[in-house]
Amino acid sequence: MSGYTEFHPRWYRQRMSTWWWLRRRSYLVFILRELSSVFVAWSVVYLLLLVNAVRLGDDRYREFLDWSARPWPLVLNVVSLAFVVFHAVTWLNLTPQAVAVRLRGKRVPRAWIAASAYLGWVVVSAFVLWLLVGA
Amino acid sequence: MADHITLQVTRYRPEQEAEPSVQEYEVPLRKDWAVLDGLNHVKDHLDGTLSYRWSCRMGICGSCGMTVNGEPKLTCATFLSDYAPGPVRVEPLRNFPVIRDLVVEIGDFMRKLVKVKPWIVREEERPLSAGEYLQTPAEMDEYKQFSMCINCMLCYSACPVYGLDPHFIGPAAIALAQRYNLDSRDQGSAERLDVLSEHDGVWGCTFVGECTRACPKDVDPAGAIQRYKVTAAMEAVKSFLMPRGAR
Repeated sequence: MSGYTEFHPRWYRQRMSTWWWLRRRSYLVFILRELSSVFVAWSVVYLLLLVNAVRLGDDRYREFLDWSARPWPLVLNVVSLAFVVFHAVTWLNLTPQAVAVRLRGKRVPRAWIAASAYLGWVVVSAFVLWLLVGA
Repeated sequence: MADHITLQVTRYRPEQEAEPSVQEYEVPLRKDWAVLDGLNHVKDHLDGTLSYRWSCRMGICGSCGMTVNGEPKLTCATFLSDYAPGPVRVEPLRNFPVIRDLVVEIGDFMRKLVKVKPWIVREEERPLSAGEYLQTPAEMDEYKQFSMCINCMLCYSACPVYGLDPHFIGPAAIALAQRYNLDSRDQGSAERLDVLSEHDGVWGCTFVGECTRACPKDVDPAGAIQRYKVTAAMEAVKSFLMPRGAR
């Protein structure tokens, strides 16, 4: 009975576990998506390092390539690639929820918005590939 | 099909115990019985001390939200037969303080709801003699989805951001703000902007998306929040470019 009165009830406050994100798959996917941002950031840093090496001349560029071929940068880059793809795919899949487009007064179906986002991804990738290989 | 199913119900009697406990009840397993019917059977025939909220029994009033086998559900729309042979675990909604048994304290949500002014705001009211504010079906379609919210709070229960940071204004309040922002008759979006665009407003949302999955009315609060983030960002850019109140 201690501490309880009819007008000031002791509310029980449920605490969230530190491991709440393991409770269901969607929470885990969300946390992985958040974590993927770290690898996206690393990809940007890696790209800047590459550009800088190219700027400093042939020798530095070769050194950078040799360094990139070592086991730990290689493993880091493979893991980063997986996370960057995961980040991109989940991002594009979520796009229709954030974008409401109307054409001739009718809401454009969500699948179309996602499809156009993927199409944009393919076009940009093809352009980059053309720059690297074709041009 | 067995003729009975076990309900494992969370009990919390603050005058007797410091923490909730679990009590089991055997209730008839009927094809047309929802979890709420099972709880009503307990209340009427087995244990009159069990406390929980309910009203309409048809998914309109939003009172009977509880956690059923770990998922936030309207117990009037969650059928016992889907959990056969059981047991069915019935807990109070997560992320809210528990007052007693399955009854949670909803004052925080009610206060937040009022903050976003979920009603039609007019700069100047027209006299009644001018007639009603007209709206085309296309204009109604803009906000109709968000108007389906029944304030059941399942989205708050599903949202880990609200669980971790109770200051977050939350999914339903933002969806309802959008319901009025997108209404052609409303002129209050600038008034709502201050509440929605602060840190505990839309920017608190990290887009877990569970609110949308939990919503029994397909309101898509996560979509409302992301769409409003675009609006809030545009308004911020506008106020930066035109600082002297030109917006």
